[in-house]
Amino acid sequence: MAHDHKLEIFRGLVKFKSNTQKIWGVLVFLTIITAIEVAFGIIKPKALTHNYFLGMKLLNWIFIILTLVKAYYIAWDFMHLRDEKSSLRRAIVWTPIFLIAYLIFILLFEADYVYNVFHDGFLTWDF
Amino acid sequence: MDATVTTGTEESVWGGGNKPLGASYGKMMMWFFIVSDALTFSGFLVSYGFSRFKFIDIWPIADEVFTHVPFFHGNYPMYYVAFMTFILIMSSVTMVLAVDAGHKMKQSKVVIYMFLTIIGGAIFVGSQAWEWATFIKGDYGAVETKGGRILQFVDAETGERAALGDFAKTLPEERIKHEKSEGIWFVGEGYKTSYSLNEVVEGFKSTPNILIRTEYLNEDGEKTVLDRKESLAKIMQATQVVEGANLIHNEYGSRLFADFFFFITGFHGFHVFSGVVINIIIFFNVILGTYERRGHYEMVEKVGLYWHFVDLVWVFVFTFFYLV
Repeated sequence: MAHDHKLEIFRGLVKFKSNTQKIWGVLVFLTIITAIEVAFGIIKPKALTHNYFLGMKLLNWIFIILTLVKAYYIAWDFMHLRDEKSSLRRAIVWTPIFLIAYLIFILLFEADYVYNVFHDGFLTWDF
Repeated sequence: MDATVTTGTEESVWGGGNKPLGASYGKMMMWFFIVSDALTFSGFLVSYGFSRFKFIDIWPIADEVFTHVPFFHGNYPMYYVAFMTFILIMSSVTMVLAVDAGHKMKQSKVVIYMFLTIIGGAIFVGSQAWEWATFIKGDYGAVETKGGRILQFVDAETGERAALGDFAKTLPEERIKHEKSEGIWFVGEGYKTSYSLNEVVEGFKSTPNILIRTEYLNEDGEKTVLDRKESLAKIMQATQVVEGANLIHNEYGSRLFADFFFFITGFHGFHVFSGVVINIIIFFNVILGTYERRGHYEMVEKVGLYWHFVDLVWVFVFTFFYLV
């Protein structure tokens, strides 16, 4: 069971001596990421807000990627998925990822279409 | 007579002794619940995305909405939410430490860490309540057009936002709150605004350095400010004064923004609240020595999973509501 912990993070780059130490290490990492996010959110560098990748600002890509990194470490170390059997881990992780990716794809495309109808169609909603 | 037949094969593979996932029943069910709850939250967040993409060029800028910090005056975007995020992550850490102490069967340590977790959760819920109150109260005030769009006011010289009180005239008119019992029964005013529409419009006309700011975003991602001539034409479209936000009117911009804010942070806050209640129950069980007698602290671990999940959801809410 979860009595034996895997004490490596960053693919073995950082190895902790005990589980307690690993917890504090992950806290430091998560705090740094949150601080970076907040700093970016306040400064909003022009280079990141005026360049787009796949129709989204680079800044927003950075936010989303950092969020997923945070989510990974919360799930892997705080919810100790790292110590669970890989079959349980995959069942828990991939099922929602597949469903949510599908949901995002279908709803955001639809919303963009509705935006275009409002924008170009023969109707007004601002009067 | 005992109805359960013991065959003596329970421990063998075909007798149910095989545990392919290596997790107890309770833990499995907690994970099942978390997965389904994660889908519920993603449903909410994706529908927020839907509404936002639908009104992509008029969506409110979160930095301009959440600018307050308790006990401080001024414009501090993001800091308080960042603090709330940190509190929640911190209470997650004390929760893992409680689980870790539980594995080592250290009762007194579990008690301390559970207590700290509960305190963290309480601070978070309190902060959220404060943020709701600030959001509902509003700060500058705005007017709404017939089409439901919001017009805000800025000072032409400084470019700063102007509050209604800065320019509205006080006219010798009498206003009474429209109650449902009078006139048309299904129309009622939830609150009476500080100034009537007439007072705002007259004040606007006689104060030349006030301009109107529309909801539309320009290329720099900022709200478009009209010039004086356009502003004077635009103010004539106003139909009512809006102060603060509720489910129907929202002085910050699109009313859907307020609706989703109340719904998503409210649902998350409800999760935190129930997490705190469950943590308190487990906390007392630990004190009473229930798990000491049971021989393991798996219950703490299961509650811990729920608590971390609440933290996990907040990480996403934080990104999609406040950052992106």
